Amino acid sequence: MTALVEVNNISKSFESFLAVDDINFSLEKGEVLGFLGPNGAGKTTTMRILTGFLKPTSGNIKINGLDLFKNLKKTREFIGYVPEGSPLYNEMTTIDFLSFICEIRNIDKSQNLGKIIKLLNLDEVLLQKIDTLSKGFKRRVGLAQALVHDPKILILDEPTDGLDPNQKNEVRKLIKKLGKEKSIIISTHILEEVKAICNRTMILSNGKLLIDDTPTNVLKKSRSYNNLLVSVYDKSANELKKELQALNNFKYIDIDNNLCSIKLKSTSDASFLSNYLLKKKYAIKHYSINKGQLDEVFRQLTNTV
Amino acid sequence: MRQFLSITKRELISYFATPVAYVFITIFLLLSGLFTFYLGNFFEIGQASLGSFFEWHPWLYLFLVPAITMRLWSEEKKSGTIELLTTLPVSTLNIVLGKFMAAWLFTLLALILTFPMWITVNYLGNPDNGVIMASYIGSLLMSGGYLSIGIFISSLTKNQVIAFIVSVTVCFLFTVSGLPIVLDFFSNWAGEAITDVIASFSFLANYSDISRGIIDFRTLVYFLSLIVLFLYLNVITLDNSRN
Repeated sequence: MTALVEVNNISKSFESFLAVDDINFSLEKGEVLGFLGPNGAGKTTTMRILTGFLKPTSGNIKINGLDLFKNLKKTREFIGYVPEGSPLYNEMTTIDFLSFICEIRNIDKSQNLGKIIKLLNLDEVLLQKIDTLSKGFKRRVGLAQALVHDPKILILDEPTDGLDPNQKNEVRKLIKKLGKEKSIIISTHILEEVKAICNRTMILSNGKLLIDDTPTNVLKKSRSYNNLLVSVYDKSANELKKELQALNNFKYIDIDNNLCSIKLKSTSDASFLSNYLLKKKYAIKHYSINKGQLDEVFRQLTNTV
Repeated sequence: MRQFLSITKRELISYFATPVAYVFITIFLLLSGLFTFYLGNFFEIGQASLGSFFEWHPWLYLFLVPAITMRLWSEEKKSGTIELLTTLPVSTLNIVLGKFMAAWLFTLLALILTFPMWITVNYLGNPDNGVIMASYIGSLLMSGGYLSIGIFISSLTKNQVIAFIVSVTVCFLFTVSGLPIVLDFFSNWAGEAITDVIASFSFLANYSDISRGIIDFRTLVYFLSLIVLFLYLNVITLDNSRN
């Protein structure tokens, strides 16, 4: 199976500033890729290059097997794109705007448009000017615009930015649903979003690709991965930390969210710890294993200071 | 072709969805009437002609056309819709042509709405309607020239005010290039041949031929090639902005 998106050594510089530095990857159907990175990491620039809005300074891109910049018109038929901030023609009504997109894409309006309007629940705002819509609806119109032609590849720049928690949840559910049939690339600041909807994560910083892996594997890079998280009713986290530190049996102990986060030297330490707590007759409030935290990996990798 | 028409249609919808269209048409009609009757001494001349009406068109276009064109690209750049538009499967040429055609059709509509003028002269006397028709065609051609310059300049900036001011300035130079204000500057050091060439670029000179009722082939070629040139520059600018 050929990859839907193939990115070969792309770099992009604006005058002396290197925004994207030698990025490589390929994407297949069913993959939902999350771009993570601090502001200015090159996420938006990379997406703009993938959609042909910007030309890379070097490297090439294949969309569905075709060279992007040699087949700009054809390759764009495979792509649905929601640019950063989901810009729309605000002076138009929802239906006029979506009809325009259908006309340009040569899509049968009566069939596809109805489906998309239903999928995104846009019925009630069809005759309203986009200007007057709430942020949630605007975002949905932006998504509708990117979906009318049922693209194989969907590129969404911060699709949930500025939405309330319910709306975020809805958009995530939708992306997850669409992800089975398409290749999706999203960028986001929200780390738990990646865990919730992506099956592949990339962390970018200063234009470089630092990590390209599944979210679970990325979590394993977390410093506190597999730490034991413990708290008891009898003592505060700080007191417990001091007491356990005195035992001199663990690599280190941190306080994390009012829990003692204990890095074990080996698994046998776990039984040692539980025996100790039992012996002391402490009433256990919390006892779990840390599955790793994305924000920790994120900080570890992107904090250059 | 289909895509070009879709772009044109969308642009026209946008004109009429905002007050821009109505304000423009109202001001155009008001000013053209005002200029004709007060400054042009329409009644005092005592002739059944629309000469004093058409005479003012270059000066109306000079600042009204940049008012239409200033937003055509600048606004797309500012609001980010340019990213949406230029990542659709449509060629830059089709987008540019569509935008230009919408603006031109819009100007045509404003011109058509000046028909009471025509009715008035026909009511008052027996004007040469052939000359009037030629003048309308000339005016429309000239407006196309102004529009193509304005749209091109709009593609260079995301700031509408800058687009407006620069467009007015460039349009002004094209308008008066046949007048002493520009020619004197060149005739001092450039040869007569160059000065003549510059003079022949003048909108006023080319337009005045037409408004006398003579549709000269050269004038037609002049305005059409000017339009093609600036639309071409527009396409190049947009394609280069990818780099």
